[in-house]
Amino acid sequence: MDSKDIKLIIDGKRLDGRGFEDLRPIKMRVGVLKRADGSCYLEMGKNKVVAAVFGPREVHPRHLADPIKAVVRYRYNMAPFSVEERKRPGPDRRSVEISKVSREAIEAIVMKELFPRSGIDIFVEVLQADAGSRTACLNAASVALVDAGVPMKGMISSVAVAKVDDVLVLDPMKEEDNYGQADIPFAFFIRNDRIESIALLQMDGRVSKEEFVQALEMAKRGAMKIYEMQKEAIKTKYIMESEGEVNEIE
Amino acid sequence: MKLNDDIILDIRRDYVLGKLRDGERIDGRAFDEYREIKIETGIIEKAEGSALVSIGNTQVIVGIKMQPGEPFPDTPDKGIIITNAELVPLASPTFEPGPPDENSVELSRVVDRGIRESEAVDLSKLVIEEGEKVWLVFIDIHALDDDGNLMDASSLAAISALLTTTVPAERFDIGEDFPLPVRDLPVSVTTRIIGKYGIVDPCKDEEYASKNFITITTDSEDNIVAMQKSGSYLMGEEMLMEIMETSIRKARDNRKLLKEV
Repeated sequence: MDSKDIKLIIDGKRLDGRGFEDLRPIKMRVGVLKRADGSCYLEMGKNKVVAAVFGPREVHPRHLADPIKAVVRYRYNMAPFSVEERKRPGPDRRSVEISKVSREAIEAIVMKELFPRSGIDIFVEVLQADAGSRTACLNAASVALVDAGVPMKGMISSVAVAKVDDVLVLDPMKEEDNYGQADIPFAFFIRNDRIESIALLQMDGRVSKEEFVQALEMAKRGAMKIYEMQKEAIKTKYIMESEGEVNEIE
Repeated sequence: MKLNDDIILDIRRDYVLGKLRDGERIDGRAFDEYREIKIETGIIEKAEGSALVSIGNTQVIVGIKMQPGEPFPDTPDKGIIITNAELVPLASPTFEPGPPDENSVELSRVVDRGIRESEAVDLSKLVIEEGEKVWLVFIDIHALDDDGNLMDASSLAAISALLTTTVPAERFDIGEDFPLPVRDLPVSVTTRIIGKYGIVDPCKDEEYASKNFITITTDSEDNIVAMQKSGSYLMGEEMLMEIMETSIRKARDNRKLLKEV
């Protein structure tokens, strides 16, 4: 990673005018897809993602079914037009890895034991990517699971912290991800309005242990804000919509 | 057959867990103790660099091949690293031939991240003609025997192989051969999470007991350069901090072995 040629922090502000601990604007809409059992459209800055949940339903192919719990599948997929240079359709190594760790984060909170021999499929399409798409997808997936009525131990809220120009910043955008010194995506398990543990953790770049501890604290504060928005979005659909109001939350 | 295997796995899992509850591991190691590590380099003459690393019974071979190629458009002044892992069926009764599954993709990507993010290889010295031609460095991980902790064995083998790599310039008529510029020694430490216990360098029976692990890679200055939490489990903050501490300490030990390469 190169941080030499591009300045990412100017006069204590980030290139898009944000402070170090500001999230990008987030927009969520619940229940946007007719055929899915649960769905959520989410924007996080320039990221635009849509998550769909199907199930619990019969597993195909059949032999994959587990007699004691539901099988959870998660597919992170980028649309060819989602990035500057056209992405070749289909899974590449990056999306295979993201799908794996994201599935594992979701699996840890879904009450799989309640649905033996069945499958819960989560499909997330990245329509536009601008750094942090895996966190945006997890946030959307988590809401879509609630929309589908899948029993869960709590919620997943996800955000990344990056190190750019020697400072830590919350929710990095593309420039900060490309030219920054480190990127640490987190996802937290939140229950009873409290962060209980870490569901996803990856990191690349270079940080000291002390910086990591700071990044963790920053991510936790950011995730709580996202969590409040997720709750609000769900409430908007299930409470206000029935009273005839719009179901968009900004 | 399937059923019998499952029962045996269950019994082994209970045994591993029972031991852990008593503060012991099945092979008598401390929770933060590695098995014996051996590093042998230069074992494949046709490769530009190579290493065979064993951790206990686990054996991994990494070969480095290089060739000139086109740089990425956004980094015209840098060589390219490409890491691949093949979990060949000879290494384990559970590996199957075919395209890489998510586990081997994860393995290669985590190894790759450690090397890339620590900037271990000085890629700016691998330019042949800026914007036109640079060296491609292929790091191919070949598992031979999986008795647990392929991750750390692969990372050690990768960096060891890189340390002994000669850039084959003469073969391609682009000047004299020179040693690959390696300037850092990233070391990964993998901790298996079994219930509330974290054990370093899991052997295969310990891996059967739980799919959950976390790999933390550090550089020569104890900075964290790569991390990967893997498995469907939730990790408390305290445990993470403890593991981070241990990983930094164990990496220092293992780095000493690399200095002898």
